[in-house]
Amino acid sequence: MLTFAIIIPLFGAIALVALPSLDERGSRVLAVVAATLPLALLGVSWADFDAGGDALFQQVTDVDWIPTLGVGWRVGVDGIALALALLTAVLFVAAVLYPVDLRGRHRQYRAWLLFLQFASLGLFLTIDLLVFYVFFDLSLVGMYFLIGRWGHGDARTSALKFFLYTLAGSLVMLLGFLVLYLGTDPLTFDMRELIAQQPLAGGGARATFAVVAILFGLAVKTPLVPVHTWLPPAHVDAPGPASAILAGVLLKMGTYGMLRIPLAMARDTFADVALPLAVIAVVSVVYGALVAMGQTDLKRRIAYTSVNHMGYAVLGIAVAGAAVGPQAARDLAITGAVVEMVAHGLITGALFLLAGSVWRRTEDYQLDHYGGLAAPAPRLASATTLAAFASLGLPGLAGFVAEFQIFVGTFAVYPVLAGVALLGVLITAALFLQMLQQLFFGETPDRLASFADLGAHETVVLAALLALVVLIGVWPTWLLDVVTPASGLLLDAGAGAG
Amino acid sequence: MNGMDALAVGHLGPELALVVGAVVVLLTAAFLPRRAQWVTTPLALVAVAVAAGWSLWLATLEPTLTFMGDWALDRVTTGAELTVLGVAAATLALAHTWMRTDPRAGEHPAVVLFSAAGAMVLAGAADTMEIVVGMLLVSVTGYTMAAYHRRSAAAVEAGMKYFLIGALTNAVLLLGVVLLFGMTGTTSLDGTATALAAGDPDAVVLLVAVAAIGVGLAFEIGAVPAHAWVPDVAQGAPAPAAAFLTVAPKVGAAVALGRVLHVVPVDAVDWRVFVALLSAATMTLGNLAALWQGDLRRLLGWSSVSQAGYALMAVVVLGRSPLAPGALIFFLAGYAAANVAAFGVVVALRGRTSLDDYRALAARRPAHVAVLVVALLSLVGIPPLAGFVGKLTLFTAAIEGGYGWLAVLAVANTVVSLFYYLRVVGPMYFDDAGVVDEPVPLLGAWATTATVVAGLATVAVGLAAGPLLDVLASAHLLP
Repeated sequence: MLTFAIIIPLFGAIALVALPSLDERGSRVLAVVAATLPLALLGVSWADFDAGGDALFQQVTDVDWIPTLGVGWRVGVDGIALALALLTAVLFVAAVLYPVDLRGRHRQYRAWLLFLQFASLGLFLTIDLLVFYVFFDLSLVGMYFLIGRWGHGDARTSALKFFLYTLAGSLVMLLGFLVLYLGTDPLTFDMRELIAQQPLAGGGARATFAVVAILFGLAVKTPLVPVHTWLPPAHVDAPGPASAILAGVLLKMGTYGMLRIPLAMARDTFADVALPLAVIAVVSVVYGALVAMGQTDLKRRIAYTSVNHMGYAVLGIAVAGAAVGPQAARDLAITGAVVEMVAHGLITGALFLLAGSVWRRTEDYQLDHYGGLAAPAPRLASATTLAAFASLGLPGLAGFVAEFQIFVGTFAVYPVLAGVALLGVLITAALFLQMLQQLFFGETPDRLASFADLGAHETVVLAALLALVVLIGVWPTWLLDVVTPASGLLLDAGAGAG
Repeated sequence: MNGMDALAVGHLGPELALVVGAVVVLLTAAFLPRRAQWVTTPLALVAVAVAAGWSLWLATLEPTLTFMGDWALDRVTTGAELTVLGVAAATLALAHTWMRTDPRAGEHPAVVLFSAAGAMVLAGAADTMEIVVGMLLVSVTGYTMAAYHRRSAAAVEAGMKYFLIGALTNAVLLLGVVLLFGMTGTTSLDGTATALAAGDPDAVVLLVAVAAIGVGLAFEIGAVPAHAWVPDVAQGAPAPAAAFLTVAPKVGAAVALGRVLHVVPVDAVDWRVFVALLSAATMTLGNLAALWQGDLRRLLGWSSVSQAGYALMAVVVLGRSPLAPGALIFFLAGYAAANVAAFGVVVALRGRTSLDDYRALAARRPAHVAVLVVALLSLVGIPPLAGFVGKLTLFTAAIEGGYGWLAVLAVANTVVSLFYYLRVVGPMYFDDAGVVDEPVPLLGAWATTATVVAGLATVAVGLAAGPLLDVLASAHLLP
C-alpha cells in the first residue's frame, strides 16, 4: 500500500514524459489523478493505522535491495511519518491543480512535480536510512529543474545555489550516516535496528562528529541560520506551486530527519548537543522574524517567516532530545514540533500559492506597489488574511496549537530560550499585519482596479488547505491522537536502548 | 594452489579471444575492398562477445592464481574484464560511423581490441613483468588511437603528449620493476610478498621501487603526477577513442596498482599515506581544473582525472576494509558506464563539444540530452545511479579503513564537481530565448544505440547494485 503510494506518482511522471501527444488538458488530468491516488491510499493507511499500537512502525514492507550493504526497500509508518506523508500528498494535489505559467512545457512541468512527489513521499515513508538519503537527493534534482526551468528572475542562479547548498549538506550528512551505519552489528541501514542498537552509544569524538554532521546536513535543508542563505532566492524565483512544495514539504525533510535520525538513533549524543541546537533554533526564530520584517518583497518576506517557523520546530525537537526537564514537557515539545511541521506546511504552502497568484497577475512582488486590493480581489484578501493570521499564531488556527505546545514544553526545559523565542511571535505578528495592511487596505491605485480575483481552481485549492488549517485549530484531536503516541514511542525507543 | 604449475591457456581465454579477433580483423581489412570493410566492426564485436562469455564462465571457477602464478583469476579480474569489454564494445559501435571516412577505418577495431586486451592483462597480472607487458600493449595502441586522425593537428598533438608522458612513465615503471626484482629475486607478486615478508628489505630502495611503479601506473590511471595527457586526449583525440582512453586503461592500471601495493608490507613502506595524498591531489586538481572549461570534452577529461582520485581511495584502504576491492571495481564500472555515455552523446551529436553549442538542446534532442544528464548526475553521485553506489562504497570503505579525512575531502570535491556538471546541464534545459532553431545533425544509429545503452547501463548498474555487490563483496585481491 505505502509502496504504491510512493511509486504511482513516478509512473505518472514517466507516462507524462513518454506520451508526447498529450495536450495540456490531458496532461493535467493525468497529473491530477497520479497525484491524488497516493492521497487516497494514504487515507486508507490512516484509517488502518492503530494509534494505540506499541510497535514503532506499522504497515511495514521489507524487501532486500543491496543486501551486502544492509540496504533494503523498507517502508512503514508511525504517526509522525503518516501525518507528514498525508500533508505531502495534500500539498502536491494542490500544487498540481494550481494554475501557473507553464512556458509551453506542461508535460515536463507536471512530470517534474510528480517526480518530486515520488521523492517526498518516499522520504517520509521509508524506514531505511540509505533509501532516506536516496530520496533526499532526488528531491534536490526535482526542485532544481522546477526552479531553473519554470522560475523567473535570476532563476538559474537560484536553482544552482539551491542544489549546491543542499547537496553539500546532504553529503556531509551521508558521512554521518556512514559512521552510524558502521556502528551497527550486523551492518544494516534498517532504521528499526539503528534505533534499537543506538550505534553511537559509546560516545566520544566519533559520535559527536556523526551527530553534528547529520544535524548540519539537515539544518541546511530546514534551514537554520546561518546556513539558510539559499532559501530566499530559491523561493523568490521559483514558480508559486514549487515554492509551496519547497516550503511545505522539502523543508520538513530537515526537521523530520532530525527527529527520526539523530534524536531517535543517537539519543545520548543528541542530548549533548541539544542545548546548542536549541540556541541556534532560537537565533533562527528571532533572526528570521527580524529579517522578514525588513523585506519589501512579498515572497522574500514569506520566505523568511519560514526560517522563523522552522526554528520553532527545531526548538521543539531540541527540547525533546535534551537530557534535562520533565518527561511530560519533552513529549509535549516534540508533539508540538510535528504539529508545527504540518501547520507550517499548510499555512505557508497556502501563502506561497497566493504569492504565485499575485505574480501571475502583475509579475511584481514589491509590497509598496500594492494597496487596496481588498476591493477588486475580496477572495484573495480573505484567503491571505486567514493564512497570515494562522501563520502568526492566532488561537483557533493550526499554528497556535503547534506553537503553544512547543512553548509550554520549552518553558519547562529551557525557560530563558522560550522567553527569547516569544519575541519572534511578536515580530511575526507585526510583520504580517503590516503586510496585510499594505496589500489590501487603503486606496486602490487605478492600475490595480482591474486586478482579477482568485479563479475557480485557485479558490478551491486554497479553501481546502485553509479548511484544514481551521480544522486543526479548532479540533486538533484527530491529529494529536495519531502524533502524540508516536512521539512518545520515539522517545521511549531511543531511551530504552541507550 | 593446484593451478600454479599448469599453463592453463583457457584461463586467459578472454584476452586470447581479443587478440585472435584483432588478427582476424587485420587480415580481413587487408584483403577486403574499402566498401566492404564495415564488416570489421561486427567481427570485432563478436570477439568481444566471446571474450565476455568466456570471462563469465571463468567467474564460476574458484578464484586462484594460475598460469604458473602469473595470472590472478579472481572476481576483481572478472569485474575489470567485463568493464573493459563493455567499454570496448561501446567504443567499437561509436567509432563505426565516425571512422567511415578514414582510409584505415577497417583496421581501427583491431587497435581497440588490442588495447582492451592490454587493459585486461594489467587487471589480471600477478607478476610485475606481466604488468609491464600489459602497460606497453595498452599504451602503444592508445597512442595510435589518440592520433588516428593523422591530419588533425589536435589529435596529433594529443597523441604526441600522450606518447611523451607515456614513454617517460613507462621507463620509470620498468625501473621500479627492476629494483623490486633485484631486492626479491622474483617478478611474481606471490613470491615478492613472501620475500618481502621474510627478509628485511632496505626501506629506501623499496620506497623508490614502489614510488616508481606507482608513478608508472599513475600514467594510465590518469592520476597525479602523470595526468597531464588526459584533458588533451579527451579533447583532441577522436571522440570514440577519448571515450575508451579515459576509462579502459584506468580500470586495468588501478587494479594493477592495488595488486602491487597489496604485497608491500605497510611497516616497511607506508604506501597508504602516499596513495592517500595522491588521491587527494588528483581529485582536487581534476575538479578545480574542470571548473571553468568551456569545452565539454575537456571538461570530461578533467573530470576523468578527478574520478581517478576517487578510485584511488579504494586502493588506500586495501587490506583494511573488506569492502575495498569490491568498491574499486564497482566504482570503476559505474564510472565507465557514465563516462562512455557522456562521450557517446558527443559522438552521436557529431563531435559537438563547445558548451555554448549545447544551449537549449533539450527541446531539440531530448533523448540525447537526457542520457547526458543521467551520465553527469551519475558522475556527481546522485542516487540511485551507478556513480552513487560507487561513491557510497568508496566512502564506507574509506571511513572503515580509518581514512575519514579522505572521505571528507571527497565530499567537498563532489560538491565542487556538481558546479561544473551543472554548467553543462543548466543551459541545455533552461535556455530557450535567442537560440536559433538550427537543426542538430546526428551521426547515425550505431552511435545513438551505443550511447543509449551506456545511459541505461548507468541506471541499471545502480539499481541492480544488490546482486552485483553481492558477487563483489567476497572479492579479494590475489595474491
